[in-house]
Amino acid sequence: MKSMNEKSKSATNKGVINNKSKHKNKSKQNSQKISTKKLTELSIFTSVAMILSYVEALLPSVGVPGVKLGLANIAVIFILYRFGWREAAAVSLVRVLLVSLLFGSIPAMIYSIAGAMLSLIVMVLLKRTDTFSSVGVSVAGGVSHNAGQVATAAFMLGAKEIAYYMPVLVISGIVAGILVGLCGAALIKYVKN
Amino acid sequence: MADNIKTKTEAKTKKQRIITDVALIILLAVIAGGAYFFWLFSRNAGAYAVVYIDGEEVARYPLDTNIEVTFSTYDGRSFNTLVIRDGKADVTDAGCPDRICVNMRSISFEGETITCLPNKLVVKIEGGESPGVDLP
Repeated sequence: MKSMNEKSKSATNKGVINNKSKHKNKSKQNSQKISTKKLTELSIFTSVAMILSYVEALLPSVGVPGVKLGLANIAVIFILYRFGWREAAAVSLVRVLLVSLLFGSIPAMIYSIAGAMLSLIVMVLLKRTDTFSSVGVSVAGGVSHNAGQVATAAFMLGAKEIAYYMPVLVISGIVAGILVGLCGAALIKYVKN
Repeated sequence: MADNIKTKTEAKTKKQRIITDVALIILLAVIAGGAYFFWLFSRNAGAYAVVYIDGEEVARYPLDTNIEVTFSTYDGRSFNTLVIRDGKADVTDAGCPDRICVNMRSISFEGETITCLPNKLVVKIEGGESPGVDLP
């Protein structure tokens, strides 16, 4: 059992090293093929994110637009910590596109993309600073997701007064971000290989 | 031994991270709370409920009237019912899938909005001018 654990640890270490060397020489990056294992894992987590989005759509709404848990962010956070920002961005974008096409509408897709991308950028930057745990990163992600959606709504509807919702959405983003961050932290901790 | 040291330093940074996390959360909450209270004490009672569809003003009603109007979307597939009563505007019925606008509270203060994203409808309270000076 112990030896297996060690094995898995060394495997993840190898993965990290591979990733780093990939970032260093970009010319090699194109020729370097994505491993089947990684591709499979990314696909699995994309589908997990999609299912979480679907589950969340089944939950009753609390009455204020934009107040939601953002369960799909659990998968995005996990990918961000396990692989890196490219992979997290890819999973997040594919998730948003597929979920919008399957269960949503085109306008909803614009809000989702704006929220997801802003939240991802903020999360990647905060993670880079290395001063926050996954909970802090996820809180910032949740709040910026809501900010992105409010900004898009204000722009698309031509009503800047929508920004009055922001205080409520900041609080809901904090609460949702804490929950999502704790789930993500548990995943990062226990899913080794 | 080496493992012990490693876990110790890890635990330390973990603790530091939790502190920065909490600091971030408190900072955000204080900003949100401050913005909310600023808005709570600086808001004025509105005079008009103005309806926008797709960013264009389509109707304007003084808040001291009692009416019930239904707005269809441009494609005719969906609708929102606006009720003005007791100086408050409320969306009481809608054909949109999430019906978030119906669940939202009634509004009466300047700048408050009820938004229906699927139908691109915004009900906004505007104020200032006395009723009778109807703007185009």
